[in-house]
Amino acid sequence: MVFFANSLQGIGAFVLNSLASLGRASLFLSQVLLGIKDVLLRPQLLIKELYSVGVLSLLIIVFSAIFVGMVLSLLGYVTLVDFGAESSLGVLVSLSLIRELGPVLSALLFSGRAGSALTAEIGLMKATEQLASMEMMAVDPIRRIVTPRFLAGFISLPLLTIIFMALGIYAGYLVGSVWLGVDEGSYWSLMQNKVEFWHDVVNGVIKSVVFGFVVTWVAVYQGYSAIPTSEGVSRATTNSVVYSALAVLGLDFILTAMMFIN
Amino acid sequence: MSDSLAIIRDLHFSWGGGREIFSGVSLDIPKGKVTAIMGPSGTGKTTLLRMIGGQLKPTSGSVNVQGLEIPSLNRKDLYQARRRMGMLFQSGALLTDLSVFENIAFPIREHYKFSESMIRDIVLLKLELVGLRGARDLMPSELSGGMARRVALARAIVLDPTLMMYDEPFTGLDPVTLGTIVSLIKTLNSSLGMTSVVVSHDIHETFSIADYVCILSEGKVAAAGSPEELMSSESEFVQQFVHGKPDGPMPFHYPAESLESDILRGDI
Repeated sequence: MVFFANSLQGIGAFVLNSLASLGRASLFLSQVLLGIKDVLLRPQLLIKELYSVGVLSLLIIVFSAIFVGMVLSLLGYVTLVDFGAESSLGVLVSLSLIRELGPVLSALLFSGRAGSALTAEIGLMKATEQLASMEMMAVDPIRRIVTPRFLAGFISLPLLTIIFMALGIYAGYLVGSVWLGVDEGSYWSLMQNKVEFWHDVVNGVIKSVVFGFVVTWVAVYQGYSAIPTSEGVSRATTNSVVYSALAVLGLDFILTAMMFIN
Repeated sequence: MSDSLAIIRDLHFSWGGGREIFSGVSLDIPKGKVTAIMGPSGTGKTTLLRMIGGQLKPTSGSVNVQGLEIPSLNRKDLYQARRRMGMLFQSGALLTDLSVFENIAFPIREHYKFSESMIRDIVLLKLELVGLRGARDLMPSELSGGMARRVALARAIVLDPTLMMYDEPFTGLDPVTLGTIVSLIKTLNSSLGMTSVVVSHDIHETFSIADYVCILSEGKVAAAGSPEELMSSESEFVQQFVHGKPDGPMPFHYPAESLESDILRGDI
């Protein structure tokens, strides 16, 4: 009985704590969004962050896209060829990448490359009192530091995802047609017939917009609320990657169910 | 008192409902003088500075700076009030991605649209004041602890604040840099007419520049007065603090059971 009461109390405390931190994260988000006007008035702040968050993530996105596209094409060919359906390889590769793998893998890679860096940077600025000193210089650290980074992540991820999709499809073509000999015309023309712009491409990009929002929100919030010690910053960085990965995968299921169930 | 820049009345504060840091602190900071806030470690000296700067809100009580009630200001007014305050952090808290020059120019660039040549003049004058005009192109990681603190000092005074707060300015400096910082605080106070608040527990340095000293202990103001008054005070606590005696009213031991029973318990 005591055990039952204790575990009930534990569950209650967990739920209350989770709700409280969700509330804090939402209040934080509203302050971040209020700063957008200031950032748009000073675009050079945003451009600097777009470079470090977006451009510097290009390498990992490009390489992953090429390898994912090649593997997908190879495995798809091995399966399809048994049924004599290898001409549909282009459809298989492109739909997988556009609907699912492009948005999800880009978001996961992005949270590992850029999200963790944002968390560590903001957390360390807090630990070394840089954020507090900005407050005392009458500069709001949320508007000056957090909002530009948030916007940069939100803008970068959909663009990186589009690059991921395109490169993956092209790498699939190289393996499927150039190497394994699937007819080039059927690879591209069946893809053109089957992939719809609004239903597939736009929905895939919408997914990545949602992921970009969530991943950067988690990253900047974890950094800003980190305990200002070396241990606290390291835990916040870990949390940032773990929570964004879980959020991306969970949201992906919901979005897929909403978008692609006929 | 009309010649007080900041008036603190009956201040109460505790961290998240836990141990009470302040239980009724009242204190006046006279205009144009150097006021020192002293006390043993952990008495909330830095916390008090953060309340004057509005970074923390007291549980109850009043913090009035230049006629503004800091805890009840809205965000916009608080940021406006902070433009007239400067704060030197113990770690310096320089922005690590900017050079020395850009660090000092940062508050000007954020708040005013000055021409580049005007910003350059202001920054160089402030750097000259702390003797680091030649170090303008260095990055914060290339500075020694003492230099970093002097750069942070130049940055804190770049907007000519009326109230300047120093958080542990003497900690961890070599004797020469220490002497420079001490005389800089004194000079800035007299030549620029600032009001200074120094938080420290270094008796010698602090007493040499302070006009007025206030000693905090256990959440209250334990003693206050000029350095001379405190040196000749008859209070046992003040004597222990200013002369650094190891034991007295301020216990050397953290509260615990007796040593004998604690050690014997380990044998069971």
